[in-house]
Amino acid sequence: MNELSPTAFLIASAVKVLAVFTALMVAIMYATWAERRLSAFIQDRLGPNRVGPFGLLQPIADGLKNIIKEETDPATASRFFFVLGPMLSIMPALVTFAVIPFAAPLPTPWGTVDMIVADLPVGVLYILAISSLGVYGIFLGGWSSNNKYALLGGLRASAQMVSYEVGLGLSLIPVMMLAGNVTLTRMVADQQLGLWYILPLSLGFLLFLISAFAETNRLPFDMPEAESELVTGYHTEYSSMKFSMFFIAEYAHVITASALMATLFLGGWDIPFWAGDNFIPYEGGLISGFTAAGDPIPAQLSIWTTLLTLGAFMLKTTFFVVLYIWVRWTLPRFRYDQVMHLGWKVMLPTALAYVMLVGATILVLDQLGVSGGPGFALALTAVSLVATGMFALYLDRGRIITGAAPAGRAARAVPAAHP
Amino acid sequence: MELILFYVFAVTVVGGGIGVVASRNPVASLMFMVVSLASVAGIYVLLEAHFLAAIQVMVYAGAIMVLFLFVIMLLNLGHDYRDDLVRGLYAVCAFVVSGAICGILATRFGGAETSALYESFPGAAAMDLELAERGAVSLIARPLFQEYVVPFEITGILLLVAVVGAVALAKKRV
Repeated sequence: MNELSPTAFLIASAVKVLAVFTALMVAIMYATWAERRLSAFIQDRLGPNRVGPFGLLQPIADGLKNIIKEETDPATASRFFFVLGPMLSIMPALVTFAVIPFAAPLPTPWGTVDMIVADLPVGVLYILAISSLGVYGIFLGGWSSNNKYALLGGLRASAQMVSYEVGLGLSLIPVMMLAGNVTLTRMVADQQLGLWYILPLSLGFLLFLISAFAETNRLPFDMPEAESELVTGYHTEYSSMKFSMFFIAEYAHVITASALMATLFLGGWDIPFWAGDNFIPYEGGLISGFTAAGDPIPAQLSIWTTLLTLGAFMLKTTFFVVLYIWVRWTLPRFRYDQVMHLGWKVMLPTALAYVMLVGATILVLDQLGVSGGPGFALALTAVSLVATGMFALYLDRGRIITGAAPAGRAARAVPAAHP
Repeated sequence: MELILFYVFAVTVVGGGIGVVASRNPVASLMFMVVSLASVAGIYVLLEAHFLAAIQVMVYAGAIMVLFLFVIMLLNLGHDYRDDLVRGLYAVCAFVVSGAICGILATRFGGAETSALYESFPGAAAMDLELAERGAVSLIARPLFQEYVVPFEITGILLLVAVVGAVALAKKRV
């Protein structure tokens, strides 16, 4: 691996920042389009199909409309914070993407360029830190509007995001324990050698998925903007481009959360069952694995592997974005007390217990002399599967899985204070 | 470059701090405090303490300040713009005390290069080795959970007692 010179590093970083930002913005545009088309499909409608082929130019028309629309400015709002709100909302959503590796390293004549904007030594912690700032934009927007619905929406948003941040952080601890590191590049490398973390850490994935839905304020957790009770919650008073910024922020959050789930649990840009895309940092160089005798095999970098792995990463991210949309148009909204109940009384204890379980399993396997390799991964997978099954059974409590419950019993079942 | 960045962060830390005490609106005070805390995280990054910087943002700017926000919202301070700046003897005392602290810090650490200060610290070489081998998280985690595990756990119990006490006190009012 040849290092970049400082100048080349600066230029490469600038190019990467521009490229990732542009790609993210285009992805946001088409996420809104996909949301509308998919929701239409789910509800047996057509959705926007007039502007351009398949309605593909619809997001551009929407953006144009939002720019030239009149901007209302509530008389009683605190002007400064009213403008600051949307800005603070969009910033954390975009900068989180900086630490997500999106493809295999690219060989260039000037050296090897890592396909990640900033490979921070604190990786995952940076993501947690930035996502904890996301609440300010929504809260300030709701508070400064001086509108009771907006205020309630802002309050709910902050309560919900604080509650689920705990679950989000705790569900990441098993991932860090397994990877033995907090940088995302090392996590991807670890998953390339072994199993994708979704298997050995299935319950962690489930907890992370639920928390990520709550953190992005998407249905079934869209308390902050529950239309039926709060008009549209924290952005009730916003119009034109300022509203648009909240809107973009929501989709940016969705895409970042999807990319994060793909990276943490589905191997990032790894292509399964193919060793050609393995680039594991080993003693100062990149290797693609070991021979049977235990000698490292040097990795073969090429632009095609980079493009292929980029495609794999985008495919996995798209899968989660579609999952987000699918869930939104399938599930009804929780009640507010149910959201709080789920966050504090279900997610938090489960995540804590799971951290203990994974830690204990790793310790026991270590004592038995198994600290890596297929046996280690399979044992963890089995333990996690049992834990996931028990969690699902607890959530279900005989409502779906046992099925055919008599009607009388369903009516007598515990009222909705449980999720 | 680093020096310029340091001054930018230092100015925002101090400016944010002044903003906290000078603004009349509690929410504005709070946002100034967030600016100040985030800038401290920036200074940590300049000192290459990435882990501390992340924790600073996560714990202070992310968690504690949001709880402050709740308190402000739930207490619903109606007198947003009341002139409640403290004047007179209190202000003089505050200036004297903070000036004294600045003076003590300046005489103790002033002029010394931070790198020289670090190298004079016993165990710096071992820390460098550990940092290179295992990264910043392990550097903090090992002493915390091995050598100092008892004080660490006692601190945890102390905080738990404080939380239980706060809940007990708050429950009486309702």
